[in-house]
Amino acid sequence: MADLLHDSLVYLGAAVVCVPIAKRSGLGSVLGYLIAGWLIGPWGLKLIGEVESTLHFAEFGVVLMLFLIGLELELKRLVEMRRAVFGGGSLQMTACGTVLALGLMALGLTWQAAAAAGMALALSSTAIAVQTMNERNLMTAPVGHSSFAVLLFQDIAAIPLIALVPFLGAAGGEGGAGWLGAAKAIAAIAGVVVIGRFLTRPLMRLIAKSEVREIFTAFALLLVIGIAQLMAGAGLSMALGAFLAGVLLASSEYRHALESDIAPFKGLLLGLFFIAVGMSIDFGEVIARPGLLTLLVVGLLTIKATVLALIAPRLEVPRSERWLFAALLAQAGEFAFVVFGVAREAQVLARDWEGLLTAAVALSMAATPLLLIAFDRLTSRRAQTQREADTIDDDSAPVIIAGMGRYGQIVGRVLWAQGIHITVLDHDPDQIDTLRRFGYKVFYGDATRLDLLTAAGAAKAKLLVVAIDDVADSLALVDLAQESFPNLAIVARARNVRHWLELADRGVTAIEREAFESSLKSARAALTVLGVEPYEAREIAEAFRRQNVITLNALLPHFRDEAKTVAIARSGREELEENLRRDREARQQARGSGWH
Amino acid sequence: MIALIYAHPYPARSRANRVLLEAARGVPSVIVRSLYDNYPDFEIDVAAERKLLLESQLIVWQHPLMWYSAPALQKLWFDTVLANGWATGEGGTALEGKTCLWVTTTGAASAGYTPGGVHGFPFAAFVPVMEMTARYCGMHWLPPLVVHGAHQIADAALQQHAAQYRQRLLSFAAEAAGG
Repeated sequence: MADLLHDSLVYLGAAVVCVPIAKRSGLGSVLGYLIAGWLIGPWGLKLIGEVESTLHFAEFGVVLMLFLIGLELELKRLVEMRRAVFGGGSLQMTACGTVLALGLMALGLTWQAAAAAGMALALSSTAIAVQTMNERNLMTAPVGHSSFAVLLFQDIAAIPLIALVPFLGAAGGEGGAGWLGAAKAIAAIAGVVVIGRFLTRPLMRLIAKSEVREIFTAFALLLVIGIAQLMAGAGLSMALGAFLAGVLLASSEYRHALESDIAPFKGLLLGLFFIAVGMSIDFGEVIARPGLLTLLVVGLLTIKATVLALIAPRLEVPRSERWLFAALLAQAGEFAFVVFGVAREAQVLARDWEGLLTAAVALSMAATPLLLIAFDRLTSRRAQTQREADTIDDDSAPVIIAGMGRYGQIVGRVLWAQGIHITVLDHDPDQIDTLRRFGYKVFYGDATRLDLLTAAGAAKAKLLVVAIDDVADSLALVDLAQESFPNLAIVARARNVRHWLELADRGVTAIEREAFESSLKSARAALTVLGVEPYEAREIAEAFRRQNVITLNALLPHFRDEAKTVAIARSGREELEENLRRDREARQQARGSGWH
Repeated sequence: MIALIYAHPYPARSRANRVLLEAARGVPSVIVRSLYDNYPDFEIDVAAERKLLLESQLIVWQHPLMWYSAPALQKLWFDTVLANGWATGEGGTALEGKTCLWVTTTGAASAGYTPGGVHGFPFAAFVPVMEMTARYCGMHWLPPLVVHGAHQIADAALQQHAAQYRQRLLSFAAEAAGG
């Protein structure tokens, strides 16, 4: 326990010091973590000894990351992506793998070793690439789509690759276990589908109703860990299983709640993963064979980047982003560590080459942020002569509706009918069930939580409709939105005059009192029944509304002062009655004049 | 059938138009559509208006003249009901061959409508906007029925106009039924 706390202290301390500095100086968070790892690892201050087990544990960060990516990706979109994934991904793997293997053979490796290592190096680092794309808001850009498709294929391809490497060895594979293995794999995937599609939602509904927040978080983690274990037990990729579960839950109302609960764990574990990669860079190899290692790193990055840039047009990467695509995916990834380990055990790869290649992979990962900085430098010079032509391709909804009761529903239906996409937040599981039956996309959660609001896309949305019942929650949400998302426009529902004043005092301009307009309509209907003509009834209601709003605005500067409020409200009412009386007289005088 | 599109913001406050309307209402095939009573919020039910027009051979626009033109809601009615593609433009043949009658009242006496008068032009100068609205939709334009000096007009004179109005509608209905 003391060890765990000590290690945590070191990891967290190093991250807190290094990452903000790296980010500030434009190096990006990934490089910050890697530097932190190097600092505290065996080649730095030697504060941490256990590199391999940390790396293994921290790989769970990658699992959580893929779960979150899955949550962002509905099944429909995944199916739409299949050509990019299988066509583009396999093209990248064969092209990069072949050239890299040939290069390694030229360095004196046997064809078996070169094939295994070449394919392993063709895999990119999902962790580094995705984290970098997130940091640069590239996930929804065309280059992000293509990169992600390639990474997804690599995650799928890594499994057979790891399974096939032993067959290259002198010892050969065990064989025979194929049938059983395949059956286990199919059963595990079926298990994930059943859990993700049928079990999770009723369970989460039950847990949400218990209203114990931390149990919801616990359940979210349990879900991902459980699926990861199930997949690992069947010899499949944990990350792939988590991704699949995420996709299955992407259309569920708990998507944003899951996202906001899992995201902090993902962030920390992914950070730990990068730290572990930093620690595992073997500077012994660097010192012993600097020339060969430099050749390996530079060769790896050059070959991969060139091949990627060449095949980029086939993957529908825009011309101007070809080299960005290449820089994002040029590094080798975490799967390479595993493949090298397996290859050494199967006597395909010599021990000294394993160490050398592992160091090269880690250094290539560390080089990614530097490559991107180089790309930025090159393009910013070009950008001065060339206007930015990027289209903002963002599939997040422009409107968030908090509270989908009777009020929010009308607002939502009007917008929806105009083809405007809306994200709905509500915290009543029963209400959500009803709404979903009518085909709405509704998410469970407390809208006054910053993380949930962020997960719902508040940073990119144009408009927040505050239609929740509870006055205190409504005001808390407005405060939160104004503080954290100052560009987000607000349309608010006021329960009563007091609520209207509180909202107006916060600078909200689009406020409607929930019963005011409908009451005026009833007043008009009453006047019509009593013989007033419909159009005149409308004018009377308009005059009343105008006068009433004037009174409200007069109250605004003083509404926290009870006595003054009462006085103004009373004089306001008198003034209103006086004005309406004058209006009535004017109308009577108008009889016979003007209109004929 | 005869569609009578009536646009008066305060029907109960009217004298001249009310008398005229009552006279027309008695004609059996007349359907009165009072715009300000039906659409006080200016939310014209375009489909319902068009249905009535399609079923009618004669379309009457009756309203007090305001600022040398129709009241606001009647203008909105022109803009939304007589839209391109329905009443005009490509495929806009819904009103072709129908007949249109304009019935209006003015506040000023007819003497005001002279080159030297308060309105600067003869009344005929203000007719073409209405006339072309009808003719552009392919309708036959009948000579308009205009009651000048509606504020001061004597009851007898007003009743005369009303009777003439009624007679014109009756003879149109008889002609339509006979031919």
